[in-house]
Amino acid sequence: MKLSGARIVLESLKREGVDVVFGLPGGAVLPIYDALYDFPGPLRHVLVRQEAAAGHAAEGYARVSGKVGVCMVTSGPAATNLVTALQDAYMDSMPIVAFTGQVPTHLIGNDAFQEADNVGITRPCTKHNFLVKDPKDIAPTIKEAFYIASTGRPGPVHVDLPKDILIKQADFDYPETVHLRSYNPTYEGHPGQIRKAAKAIMRARRAVLYVGGGVIASDAAAELMELAQLTRIPVTTTVMAMGAFPSDHPLSMGMLGMHGGYAPNMAVYNSDLLIAVGARFDDRVTGKVEFFAPQAEIIHIDIDPSSISKNIKVHIPIVGDARRVLAKLKGFLLEEGAGDPPAATREARDSWLRQVLQWQTKHPFRYDWDDELIKPQYVIEEVSNLTRGEAIIVTGVGQHQMWAAQHYRFRHPRHWLTSGGLGTMGYGLPAAMGAQVGRPDRLVVLIDGDGSFVMNSQELATIVENQLPIKTVIINNGGHGMVRQWQDVIYGGRFCSIDLSASPDFVKLAEAYGAVGIRAIKPNEVVPALEKAFATPGPVVVDVMVDKDEYCFPMVPAGGANKDMLLEKPNKEVKAKAAKSQTGF
Amino acid sequence: MQNGQGARKHTIAVLVENKFGVLSRVAGLFSARGYNIESLSVGETLDPTVSRMTLVVRGDEFVIEQVVKQLHKLVDVIKVIDLTKENHVERELVLMRVNAEPQHRTEILRTADIFRAKVVDVTPTTFTLEVTGDESKLDAIIELLRPVGIQELVRTGKVAIARGSKTARRRPEERLGKGPDAERRRRELTNQLDEQSRDPRVVGFAD
Ligand SMILES: Cc1ncc(C[n+]2csc(CCOP(=O)(O)OP(=O)(O)O)c2C)c(N)n1
Repeated sequence: MKLSGARIVLESLKREGVDVVFGLPGGAVLPIYDALYDFPGPLRHVLVRQEAAAGHAAEGYARVSGKVGVCMVTSGPAATNLVTALQDAYMDSMPIVAFTGQVPTHLIGNDAFQEADNVGITRPCTKHNFLVKDPKDIAPTIKEAFYIASTGRPGPVHVDLPKDILIKQADFDYPETVHLRSYNPTYEGHPGQIRKAAKAIMRARRAVLYVGGGVIASDAAAELMELAQLTRIPVTTTVMAMGAFPSDHPLSMGMLGMHGGYAPNMAVYNSDLLIAVGARFDDRVTGKVEFFAPQAEIIHIDIDPSSISKNIKVHIPIVGDARRVLAKLKGFLLEEGAGDPPAATREARDSWLRQVLQWQTKHPFRYDWDDELIKPQYVIEEVSNLTRGEAIIVTGVGQHQMWAAQHYRFRHPRHWLTSGGLGTMGYGLPAAMGAQVGRPDRLVVLIDGDGSFVMNSQELATIVENQLPIKTVIINNGGHGMVRQWQDVIYGGRFCSIDLSASPDFVKLAEAYGAVGIRAIKPNEVVPALEKAFATPGPVVVDVMVDKDEYCFPMVPAGGANKDMLLEKPNKEVKAKAAKSQTGF
Repeated sequence: MQNGQGARKHTIAVLVENKFGVLSRVAGLFSARGYNIESLSVGETLDPTVSRMTLVVRGDEFVIEQVVKQLHKLVDVIKVIDLTKENHVERELVLMRVNAEPQHRTEILRTADIFRAKVVDVTPTTFTLEVTGDESKLDAIIELLRPVGIQELVRTGKVAIARGSKTARRRPEERLGKGPDAERRRRELTNQLDEQSRDPRVVGFAD
C-alpha cells in the first residue's frame, strides 16, 4: 500500500500507540498537518503557542504516563526553539520523540528559507537523532526512535523530516521489531555484583539509600519500599525522585543536597555504606565531592554504565534496571539472613536510626510564621494539606521549586515534575499542560515563580483552549528570588537585575486569557484562595504575594561541602567570608 | 583532557555504524567535554556497513574510562577497545616533500633506505617520500631530514590493530607459560627480539 511520507508518519505514530502530539505547524511540516486534517484518529493534536512548550509538554506527559511523549514542530526557528526542551529532557532522562520539519532535501545546506542544521544542533542534546532522506525510511526510523527513547536510560530522540520526503510516496509496512547491533541496554544486573552488594549491606551499620529519578523511570518504588523496610535503611531522594518513597514514612529523610535537609546530608556524610539507586551524583547533590560520603563503601545501581564512577568512585557498580536489580537484591538479602540480623547489628542499626531521627528533629525544614507577610513555605504546606499529597505537582525553577520539594508531602511516584538537571525556568506551565493531558483524572497543581511563570505564560491560551483544569499557584516575590538569595549570601548583598515588580497583574492576565484569577495578600487569605481555586472548575491562577525576604534554607553554597550547610540567614561575617571565597555559580 | 598524574596516551579502536553523522557524534563527544583528540583516523572495515576509527587521546585512567564509557553510550557505536591494554601494532603514514639539492640527494636517499621510506615523486629539486611506522620512527626520520628542509608534510594519524588472534592477545613472554622448557623458550625469544632490534632497518620495532 503506497502512502505519502506524511501519512506514514501518522500511521507510524498510531502503531506506537500515540494518542496526543504537542506541536505547532509551519511550512516544512505542513504535509503532516494536512494529513492530520482527516486522519482517522484517535490522534489528538494540542496546539502550543511556542515550540519549547511542545517539548516540555511532551516531557510532562511522559513523566506522568510512563509513555513516550511526542512533539512536532516545523523547521528552522521552530526547531531552535525546541532545543531547550530537548536538553531538559536529556538531562532528566525523559523519553520523548521530537519531530521537526526540514527544508526539501535538495535545498539542505543551501541556507534555504527557515533552514537550520537541526540534526547538528540537537546532536549533543538528544540520546540519538535522525535525518530521514527517503520516505521508505520513515517507518523504520520512527520505530527505532520510540525504541531508543523508551529503553535503557530513557531520553529524547529527534527525527528531522525534509518536506519532500513527506510528500513523496512509499510502501507502508511498519516493522514489528527493532534490531540495533550497536545498542543493547543491560537490564539484569550481574548476579555476582548484586550478591556482593547484599553482603555489603549485611555488614553495614550506618547505611543510607540515596535514590534518584531512575527509580521512578523504572517504576521501582514498590521494590525500593520492600528493600528499605527489610533492611531498615533510611532513604533520601534527589529532587528528581520525590515521590519514589513516601515523605511520611518513618524511614524517609526527604531531599538531600544543596537545598536538602540537614538529616540526609549528615547521614550521607557519616554513613559507612551508601546505596545509590538510579541517581547520578549530580554536583547539586554531592557538593564538594571529597566530603560526600567520605567513609562509605558505595554501591551504585544504574542502567547507564557511563553514570557509574563519573563523579564519585564507586566500589560496587551494578549496571541494570533499578526494579529488577532491587528485586534480586532483596532475594539475596533474604538468603543472607537479612530478615533476622544478629543482635549486635540490630543494635548498631537502631542507634543509627535514632541518630537520624535526632538530626531530623533538631533541624527540620522550618520557617517563622508572620501575621502580616505570607511565608512561601506556608503556601506549599497548605497546598499539601488541601490536596493530601495526592496532586500532581509541577514547578518552575528557583526558591519556590526548592520549597515545594521541601514542604510538599509526596506520596506517589510520577506525581512530581520539575526541571532537575537543566533547571529550566518556564518549564512549569507547559509541563503541567502535558501532565494534565496525560492524567485528566488527577488534580494538577503548578507551583511557579513570578519569574519562571512569565517565561511561558503564553501557554495559558493553550490551557484555556483545551480546558485543562490546571491550578497555578504563583509564589510571587516580585523578583528572581533565588538569584537575589545568592547575591545576598555570596555576593555581599549587591543586588543586580533581579527586580520583577513590573510584571503584569497575574489575576488580570489570567482573566485576559479566559482563566480564573485569584489573589492572596495576607496569610489568612491563603487557604480560602486555594480552596476556591481547587473548587473552581477549569484553569485557575492564584497569585500569592509572599514575603520577598524569605530565603531557602538549608543551603550549601556552590562548591561547598554538604556538611557545612547554612541553616539560616548568615550573619555579616559569614557573608563576608563567602564573598571572599567567591565560590560563585 | 586532564593533565593529572598518570595521564598517558591511549589508542582506542571504535567500531561504528557506517552512517553519516557518526564522525561528528564521536568528535562532538570529545569537544563537549573539552577533551582534545590527538589523532583520529577512519575507514571502512571488511564489512562495508561498519567503519573503524582509531583515536589517540591522552588522559589518566579515570578520564579514559569515562571516554570509553561515553563512546559506548553512543547509539551508533558497536564496540570500543582500548588497545593500549592489549598487545597491538600501531602505524602511521607520512608524506613529505623535502628539498633535494644535488649535494644532499644521496644522503636523503640513504636515510630513506634506512627507514624503508619510498620515494614517490622526484623533481630536480625535491623528493617526495612516503614512510610508515610507529610514532617514534616517523618522528626520527622527520628529525633527520629537518636540516635539509622539509617543504610540506602530512601525517595520517594512527591506525592500530591487536596482535594475533583474540585468544592470543597477551605479550609473547606471557604466552610461554610455565611448562618444563618455558625457560629455554623464553631465552630464545629474548635473543630473537634482541637480534631484531639490532637490525638497523627495523627502527620502529618497539611497537
Ligand atoms: C531559562 C533560565 N534562565 C535563567 C535561570 C537562572 N535562574 C535560576 S533561578 C532564577 C530566578 C527564578 O525566579 P522565580 O521564577 O521568580 O522563582 P523564585 O526563585 O523567585 O521562587 C534564575 C533567573 C534559569 N534557571 N533558567
